[in-house]
Amino acid sequence: MNIVVENITKMYGSQKALDNLSFKVKTGEILGFLGPNGAGKTTTMKAITGYLTPNQGDIKVGRYSVLENAEEVKKQIGYLPEHNPLYLDMPVIDYLKFIGELQGINKEKINERVKEMILTVGLDKEKHKKIGELSKGYRQRVGLAQALIHNPQVLIFDEPTTGLDPNQIIEIRELIKKIGKEKTVILSSHILAEVEATCDRVLIINNGKIVADGTAEELRKKAQGNEVLKVGIAGSDKNEIFERLKQLSTIQTVDYAENDLFEVESKAGQSSAKAIFELCVQKGWYLTQLTPIEKNLEDVFRELTLEK
Amino acid sequence: MKQILIITKKELNSYFDSLMAYILIVVFLGFTGFFTWLYGNSDVFFINQASLKPFFSIAYWSLFIFIPALTMKQIAEEIKTGTIELILSKPVNEWQWVSGKFLATFLLIVITLALTLPWYITIANIGPIDHGSVWTGYLGLLLMSAAYISIGIFTSSITNNQIVAFLLALVIGIFFQILFGILAHAFSGAVGNVLAFADMNIHYQNITRGVIDSKDLIYFFTIIILALAASELSLLKRNLN
Repeated sequence: MNIVVENITKMYGSQKALDNLSFKVKTGEILGFLGPNGAGKTTTMKAITGYLTPNQGDIKVGRYSVLENAEEVKKQIGYLPEHNPLYLDMPVIDYLKFIGELQGINKEKINERVKEMILTVGLDKEKHKKIGELSKGYRQRVGLAQALIHNPQVLIFDEPTTGLDPNQIIEIRELIKKIGKEKTVILSSHILAEVEATCDRVLIINNGKIVADGTAEELRKKAQGNEVLKVGIAGSDKNEIFERLKQLSTIQTVDYAENDLFEVESKAGQSSAKAIFELCVQKGWYLTQLTPIEKNLEDVFRELTLEK
Repeated sequence: MKQILIITKKELNSYFDSLMAYILIVVFLGFTGFFTWLYGNSDVFFINQASLKPFFSIAYWSLFIFIPALTMKQIAEEIKTGTIELILSKPVNEWQWVSGKFLATFLLIVITLALTLPWYITIANIGPIDHGSVWTGYLGLLLMSAAYISIGIFTSSITNNQIVAFLLALVIGIFFQILFGILAHAFSGAVGNVLAFADMNIHYQNITRGVIDSKDLIYFFTIIILALAASELSLLKRNLN
């Protein structure tokens, strides 16, 4: 089921939380939402789930609009809110039944469905306990189970792995990937590695606007800019090597780096590897290192979202 | 309607799971029982009549105090823990949620009052009782309970602090309970009439006396609908800035 967000603006008082935001998500796509705190990730998610109504613009989930058909939209969505709020005084089974009933699952099917969900998320031993007695990781599973119980076509997870241990994080990522094959998934995260590992597409938002949109690969390439090489050359005085490197025609800047290395930035669109090698051959020096420095998603993120 | 009943069922269960319901029932029965049968100065034996009047007057005040204690957490806690977002992102709208909660608390009061029926049977066996006025007395208690429940839910919907919700419900309640009546004497003309109409005691007395006037029913239903609508609005307020 496709999600189309059309020019939504959301104001909190005089503060613009979302500023004319538009994007689309296709069925079978896992979209990762990145952004610094207060960028508008959670607000966007709340708007899609129908919990908040945008001041302007519309969101369509499938053929339903959140403004006109909120109830229908809500039926299509499984939502795990930030901080995973739960009724702590309810036993796991009762809670899942309650949510299942609200989502309109038939009376005959509901017990079976609850059992299925408990097995899917691995809560079999804890199913009779009150949610308040569960550890954080198990509560997160309850949160996932309630989001999945009505087999929704769209899943929205707001920071699904916060506070989990590394094993649980991997488990949940696997689960999300599995679900994401046939459903539309939107998840938000602070952890860039997580988004890179699970998502097909990444949206970076800042101050309520989209600042980047593409696969993790594409974003890295876009932000890459000029080639940067870490070069180690031995065989002569450091300063002489530095001077000679600077004279190469493809090189824009040379810097000293730690461990007697140099950081070499090439001119736009050019590569210096060949020229450096040839210089060494000509002078009788030898290379100890020649590594391209790749920007990771972290750098892209910082570049796009840091206040200038 | 289905959504309302699902919420009612869940809320009613949570009253019983959290012992709130049992505490209310025991304390209410003990308290009203004491004043109805044992107190001496105004109990059934003292007035020497087969009548539930002592029960109705003490129940009127006990419910006034107990109901805000039942309703205070209804929405305030959900705002505090964030479960409000969980529920309202399900196919449930604000009105269904609020009325589900209202209905659950109302049913709890119905159960509590039903447990006092043995007293009615006992008194009916020891002397001639005016059956009509007993039933209208119960009707009066149910109506005043419903009014205070909806006020309690409203105060619970405007704060995330249960104590604030409790005290606010009592403050609003005390106006209906006595202050409007007192103020009505202080003013003359239209203002006095409006205040006199707003006094709940008069309407309650009318109904317990066995007179069911549409004016009194309209009074109670107006409070219920207005307070529930106000709760709905205060939940919808998150979208207004």
